[in-house]
Amino acid sequence: MALLELQGLKKYYATQKAVDDISFSIEQGSIFGLLGPNGAGKTTLLRMITGIFYPDEGKILFNGQPFNAASDARYIGYMPEERGLYKKMKIGEQALYLAQLKGLSKAEAMEKIKYWFRRLEMESWWNKKVEDLSKGMSQKLQFVTTVLHEPKLVILDEPFSGLDPVNAGLIKDEIFNLAKQGATIIFSTHRMEQVEEICDKIVLVNLGKKILDGGVNQIKQQFKENKFHLQLGSAVQTPQHAAFTAKAVSPKQLEVSISDGYKSNDVLQYFIQQDITIESFHEILPSLNDIFIREVEGTKAITRAFQPVQ
Amino acid sequence: MSKISLILQREYLSRVKDKTFILTTLLTPLLFVGFIAGATYLSIAGKEKVSVAVADTQNYFHSGIKSDGDVEFSFPQQVDTANFMSKGYTALLIVPASNNKQGEYTIVSKKSLGMMTMGKIENSVNAALENRMLLQAGVQREKLDSIHNAARISSLKAVLKQGNNSGESNQGLAYGIGYGSGILIYLTMLLYGMMLMRGVMEEKTNRIAEVVVSSVKPFELMLGKIIGIGAVGLTQFLMWGILIIGLSALATSFVPHETLQQVQTLQQNGGVMPGGGMMQASEKAQAIYKLKHNLSTANWPLIIGCFIFYFLGGYLFYASLFAAVGSVTEDIQGSRSLTVPVTMPIIFSFIVMTNAVQVPDSPVAIWASIIPFSSPMVMMARIAYGVPGTVTYVQLISSILLLVASFLFTTWMAGKIYRTGILMYGKKITWGEMMKWAFKRA
Repeated sequence: MALLELQGLKKYYATQKAVDDISFSIEQGSIFGLLGPNGAGKTTLLRMITGIFYPDEGKILFNGQPFNAASDARYIGYMPEERGLYKKMKIGEQALYLAQLKGLSKAEAMEKIKYWFRRLEMESWWNKKVEDLSKGMSQKLQFVTTVLHEPKLVILDEPFSGLDPVNAGLIKDEIFNLAKQGATIIFSTHRMEQVEEICDKIVLVNLGKKILDGGVNQIKQQFKENKFHLQLGSAVQTPQHAAFTAKAVSPKQLEVSISDGYKSNDVLQYFIQQDITIESFHEILPSLNDIFIREVEGTKAITRAFQPVQ
Repeated sequence: MSKISLILQREYLSRVKDKTFILTTLLTPLLFVGFIAGATYLSIAGKEKVSVAVADTQNYFHSGIKSDGDVEFSFPQQVDTANFMSKGYTALLIVPASNNKQGEYTIVSKKSLGMMTMGKIENSVNAALENRMLLQAGVQREKLDSIHNAARISSLKAVLKQGNNSGESNQGLAYGIGYGSGILIYLTMLLYGMMLMRGVMEEKTNRIAEVVVSSVKPFELMLGKIIGIGAVGLTQFLMWGILIIGLSALATSFVPHETLQQVQTLQQNGGVMPGGGMMQASEKAQAIYKLKHNLSTANWPLIIGCFIFYFLGGYLFYASLFAAVGSVTEDIQGSRSLTVPVTMPIIFSFIVMTNAVQVPDSPVAIWASIIPFSSPMVMMARIAYGVPGTVTYVQLISSILLLVASFLFTTWMAGKIYRTGILMYGKKITWGEMMKWAFKRA
């Protein structure tokens, strides 16, 4: 069942269409990547999902019901890209305050804070102030305050920025863990290698519109260009053949693009006939990074784009 | 609702627990007392001592110019402009040679004398001249003085006639109360307004705003902050009140027991000691009685009630505007041009207040005490002069209703600006844009 369903969501600002008719749905327990260049409308979309903004048009269904910011805030944990904490407040009090704002009772909140602080080895921090923490430490605290109230939907906007590899790995494990326990995670970023690693499904938005929607593998298949990589037993001249065009990567390695109307077997057949040993043969799938750049390039959306409302 | 109270608690506790709050609360009354004491001391210590040699060659005054405090007159022989300094005098007064001695007097000194000193010298000489002339006309000074004293009424008591009630009024006290509460409201409105603005700005620059508004509505966050900081202000007033009552109780304990008894008798008998002149109240007892009597002429419950209302009303009116400004700025520098339109009316009302406290009936004062942006200060300046005497019930009620309506309006408007502004970064916002946010639909 879909935990979250967006139907024809629109949000127009005076100078631009921030979100222009976007629909998709997210299954419970999945890790969902929301991708897009800067200024694509990701943050506006997330703010509508968290109830900070009201959509101009369209519907948000949360758990099958129309989304109600006041009562559903309890079930959402949001770590915005523009995030921070009260600098002068003690860390323990801060976590308690933010948990209570989500609707937890004091006792409940304390119990959960203890659990998470122990889990992430933050127990000694209780009486420290945020201004005494390093950036990485405060990111960790930020993550804890986001997931403390056991939200059904966790929204993380660039969660790894400012984290060293060790802490990033730690948080990544916690994200997987949360998903395993049934939480749904929306992961917004423009770092593609993290998406490939973490997400089950992605949506790519640009200029306020949805461009791509699907499973990571499915999208890769959709964008493959019939390219293969060949590792040969001996060095060869770059062959000429109607079935494919080849490009030498090194004397023994070729990259071949299969022409329309031919199959991969035609390529293999050619080399077998030539009695050239084939050590390996595999398909080259485009990386999400390539797909992203290909789809976004040329739209001039790398910086915040402005277009008049029609 | 419970979320507003959580925010309110945090805002309140984080400020009340702060060391600077405790210190300012305790030290302000002490500083105030110290300031008055210091000013009094300086005005006493700062007086110049002047010895004036009088060159009265015809001995017209018969050494009869009386010294006045720090100005001392002497009538030495053979003193002139050349030698008065070497004889140890600060100045030399030259009496003109004309017969009636009303010509031009000259005072010669090395340093120029202060204005006060010159005034004293002039008064002393005038008095001496008058004495001489009275003598020449055959009038005894003492006789004249006793007539003067006899012809003076002891006091002018103002009694207000309002329907069937008549009550004593006290202009001095009303002035004091009006001015004092006006200044308090002025200072706290600026102080707490700015405190709120900084608080909002802090949330914005620390980037916590978005985290919080994903749990609560921006309007709830703003309201919680406004109420929390308002409560800090009330707490401060309450503590000052307790401190003042405590200090005056402490002061009373130093007054001798019999004096207090005399004060009590005076109070029971309406200011006169029973048994004719047999028993005289001491001067101290009289003074204390007078102070207590004067204070009792004011309608304290009304004044304190109105003070709390106008403090809160004025605070709420301006605080939401300060919050709106705080939400669109990321640093104090950038906020300056935006705060001016908020602080200007506060300063303007302060000026009107200083005027209204002297002329509580002027049309400007009446209108300014009804119009919401100035009513908190100006109405407090007028209210001590009496309701319904100076301030009619219609004026008071319309002022109260208008203020309530206005702060609801400014809070609503500020809420809309705040909602948009708090999540907007890296853009300079003008009042024009803020107004657009405030009045656009949804």
